[in-house]
Amino acid sequence: MDLLKRPKAPIVSEAWDQIDEEARRVLKLHLAGRKLVDFSGPHGWELGAVNTGRLKHIEKGPVEHVSHAIRDVRPLVELRAPILLPILELDYAARGADDLDLDPVILAAESVARAEDEAIFHGFAEGKITGIVEASPHAPIEVRSSQAWPSAVSAAKEVLRMAGINGPYALALGMEAYDELTADGDDGYPLRNRIEERVSEGNLIWAPALKEGAVLLSVRGGDYELTVGQDLSVGYASHDRTTVELYLTESFTFRVLEDKAAILLRRVR
Amino acid sequence: MFPHMSSDTYHEPLELLSEDTKNTHRAIVSLMEELEAIDWYQQRAEACSDPELSSVLTHNKNEEVEHAMMTLEWLRRKHAVFAENIETYIDSSGPILEVETQSTGGGNGEGGAPAKGKGEGGESAAKPRSKNSYNTSESLGIGSLKGHK
Repeated sequence: MDLLKRPKAPIVSEAWDQIDEEARRVLKLHLAGRKLVDFSGPHGWELGAVNTGRLKHIEKGPVEHVSHAIRDVRPLVELRAPILLPILELDYAARGADDLDLDPVILAAESVARAEDEAIFHGFAEGKITGIVEASPHAPIEVRSSQAWPSAVSAAKEVLRMAGINGPYALALGMEAYDELTADGDDGYPLRNRIEERVSEGNLIWAPALKEGAVLLSVRGGDYELTVGQDLSVGYASHDRTTVELYLTESFTFRVLEDKAAILLRRVR
Repeated sequence: MFPHMSSDTYHEPLELLSEDTKNTHRAIVSLMEELEAIDWYQQRAEACSDPELSSVLTHNKNEEVEHAMMTLEWLRRKHAVFAENIETYIDSSGPILEVETQSTGGGNGEGGAPAKGKGEGGESAAKPRSKNSYNTSESLGIGSLKGHK
C-alpha cells in the first residue's frame, strides 16, 4: 500500500471512478499556472527538493580558516485539502447511480488549484517560492478603464519585447478582468476579440487566483518551471460508520528562471 | 545551417518553436526510430539462418521495445492528451474501436462483445479511468496542461 492508502477506504470502485473524474474535471478547469509554465515531473513522493545549483555562503563558520556554504534548494511544498463524504451516498454508485453528490470534491479541487496558482503567481514565502508577479522587474501597466485593455496589452507586449523576451505570449486574467473582457465593448465587439488580436489567438487563460488584473507572459518555455513530486491525487484519511474522510494532495515547487518574462497589468478603478 | 542538428525533420522555423515543442519533437523522432528498429530486428531475426544470431537479434529487438516504452512514458507525463488516450486504450479488452465508442459516451457499437477498459469486470461499459480505482499508486494524471485553454 502506498501513502494514499486508498485500499483502506470503504468505497466501491464505481464511486472511486466518479470521485476521481470529478476532481480531475474541476482541477483542469481551475488550474491556470499549468497552462502557462513548464512542467517537470511527476517525480513521486520521494522528491524533497529541487537543486538550484547555487550556494549560500556563510559569513563566518564555526571553524577558523574553513569557509562554509550551504546548497540552495527549493523544498517541495505539500498541499492537502480534506474531503468528507457520506458512505451511503457513495454506495449508490454500486447500484448504478452516476450522479453522486460530490460537492466536497469540487470544493477541495477548487481550493488546491487556488493554492497552487497562488504560489505560481504570487509566491509562497514559507515554501521559498517566488511568484511570477512579484518576481517581475517591470513596472505594472495601469488599466484605467475596461476600454483601455487592448492598448494596455499592446504596451505590455512592447515592454517584454524591449526586454528581449520573445513570444508566443499568453494573457492570464483574474476573475474580474476576465469578466470585463468577455463582456461586449461599447461597439458590441467583445473586448476579448480585440485582445486576442494582440496576443496569440486563444492564449487567454482564466486565472482566478490572480489578484490584481492580468499578467502577460511569454510561453516560449524555459522561463518558469513547476516541479511536481506527487501529482494531484485523492487519498484516504479515515472513516467511521457513516462518513469517509479523503483528501486531495500534491507536492510541488515553482521556480522563476527568467524574471523579465512577465508583466502585470493592474486594473485601477 | 545547423551542421550538428539532431533532427532534420522540423517543419517550422526553429525560432518559432518553444523548448517544449522541440523536446516533444525529439521524443517523437526517438520513438519513431525505436519502432523502426523493432521492425527491422523482427524481420532479420525471422530471416536469419543462424539460430544463435537470431536469438541475439530477438534480444536486441526486445531492448528496443523497452526504449520505445520509456520514450512513450515521457510523452505521457508531459502531454495530457497522450495520458488520457493511454488511459483509455492501453490494457483495455474487447474490440478496440468499441473502447473509443464507450469512452466518448457513445455506448456499445452494434455487434460484438462489449469492450472493457482497464480493471473492468463483468458487462459494464469501459471507463477510461477505471484503472485508478484499483491501482492506488496512481495520481489523477493531470500533469502538464500547457497548451490547454
